[in-house]
Amino acid sequence: MEYLWVFLIGGAICMLGQILIITTKITSARILVLFVLIGVILQAFNIFDPISQFAQAGINVPIVGFGASLAKGAMSGVESRGLLGTLTGGLEATSAGIAAAVGFAFLFSLIFSSKTK
Amino acid sequence: MQTIELRNRPKIIGSYSIVGPKEGKGPFGKYFDYVMKDDRLGEKTYEQTECKMLELAITGAVQNAGLMINDINLLLAGDLLNQIISSSYAARAFNMPYLGLFGACSTMAESLAIGAILVNGKYFKNVACATGSHFSTAERQFRFPLELGCQRVPTSQWTVTGSGASIVSLDGDGPVISMVTFGKVIDLGINDINNMGAAMAPAAADTLSSHFEGTKTKPEDYDLILTGDLGKLGAEILVDLMEAKGFKLGKNYSDCGHSYFTRNQDTMCGGSGCGASATVLNSYVVKKMKQKIFKKVLFLPTGALMSTTANQQGETIPGVCHALVFEAEE
Amino acid sequence: MKNEKLNQAYKAYVEARIPKTKPWPSLFNSFWVGGLICLLGQGINDLLLYVFPNMSQQSAWAWTLVALIFLASFLTAIGVYDKIGKFAGGGSIVPITGFSNSITSPAIEYKHEGIIYGTCVKMFTIAGPVIVTGIVSSVFVGIIYYIVGLI
Repeated sequence: MEYLWVFLIGGAICMLGQILIITTKITSARILVLFVLIGVILQAFNIFDPISQFAQAGINVPIVGFGASLAKGAMSGVESRGLLGTLTGGLEATSAGIAAAVGFAFLFSLIFSSKTK
Repeated sequence: MQTIELRNRPKIIGSYSIVGPKEGKGPFGKYFDYVMKDDRLGEKTYEQTECKMLELAITGAVQNAGLMINDINLLLAGDLLNQIISSSYAARAFNMPYLGLFGACSTMAESLAIGAILVNGKYFKNVACATGSHFSTAERQFRFPLELGCQRVPTSQWTVTGSGASIVSLDGDGPVISMVTFGKVIDLGINDINNMGAAMAPAAADTLSSHFEGTKTKPEDYDLILTGDLGKLGAEILVDLMEAKGFKLGKNYSDCGHSYFTRNQDTMCGGSGCGASATVLNSYVVKKMKQKIFKKVLFLPTGALMSTTANQQGETIPGVCHALVFEAEE
Repeated sequence: MKNEKLNQAYKAYVEARIPKTKPWPSLFNSFWVGGLICLLGQGINDLLLYVFPNMSQQSAWAWTLVALIFLASFLTAIGVYDKIGKFAGGGSIVPITGFSNSITSPAIEYKHEGIIYGTCVKMFTIAGPVIVTGIVSSVFVGIIYYIVGLI
């Protein structure tokens, strides 16, 4: 049952992206930016956590979760370090993801080349 | 008056076309002189491949004309990449004077027209005209990295991996270039880089109608009217625009890009790029004209003269189109 | 030569001429592929918690994202992810795997321009705006949160 929610909510969020692609000819960079901002806003108004409770990976795997982590990090940073936390918190919370994406990209770029299309 | 008549009858005495594997599987596949096994030709980068294809096309055309490289007095070439590097770098390999041209996908017409005029005026004996494009170099320059997972929009076109070259001279056998019509730059405010056909169609319509008016000919006077890379949508728009101007394009009208790939090759509106018109002209059209199946052909490749910088700054896409009339030798 | 009225009319005509594709197949594909990627994430997360019972929920989640990012990066490198993307559209752009794809694809594409000006610079051509807007907006949220806390 839990997995069904993950699938349905995750799928619905992705489909929302596809609807935007079809209706507005939006490029993938803009899609990603938009969804990150949605995540930040959801977290800022404390809406993200209640959804995340039952949607779990369904909302955390989409890039919305990345935005929410950034905002959540900044907010908890404020609680532990005050004003400085606004600057340190966001990146701290998402550092694993960014470092992994950059690191793997760098590593694979040394080994692989673009393929024939 | 935009049309020039070439009275000394310069001819295409040699031609050569080289294409990538995907292009080789298309409807024109059997007409091309050389279909590459992969899209690299053993080069390290796709830019080098594009350059190499041009070299091979020029060499092939010279051989096809029964000449030696040293017999060529001038090379006219251009391509899509910034600073037309493929052409200029390919020209390094040849010991001949070189003029780099940029007419985007209309380059084949631009180079042939200038070449034919120079030959007609007897300033040069043998002139080589060449152009080419490569899917992977165009894609990274104008669109996205190859491995990015995104969908192509329905109006997009597939840049042809291919290169074509022609040798123009007064001596020899081959289709005669009898008339040249240079086109104006036309921009009707299309700014979608994924809809090149719509951006270029007005330029094609303008050149085509002024050619008909200037030469007092009608669409029926030609065995084939062939535009460059308008694609499916652009070709449909051109038919509409011409109808509004009072010219009805019938069955003898065709577009290289639109017919370049089969439906299941998944290229949306068809092929595009300098290579599309260059390879079709230097294989299918020239061969059919030598067999006298086509006696009079109106060839008008179109070019979208934009850059990604201008486009990101909100500029619209200007189009240009030059026309050439080929006549089979009597 | 620019004629606004003529341009408007031409644009409207072109819009009407553009072939309309049926949206349903692509919506369906984006739905189930996107859902499946999320499901995969949940599966990895639950497996980690099952195998390492002492792992904190937060660490398990971080490992899950790293695993998904690795997978997408690898599939991009071997030339598979763009095929998934062509099929699924939003289904493979919106998940974190799409973010990974958007960093790995230019990194590989521009390697011939050198490690510094090729790989390292171009890596962020698509993901850069995502990181920048994400950080700026999160700092903004943090500052608001700080000010609200003071009152």
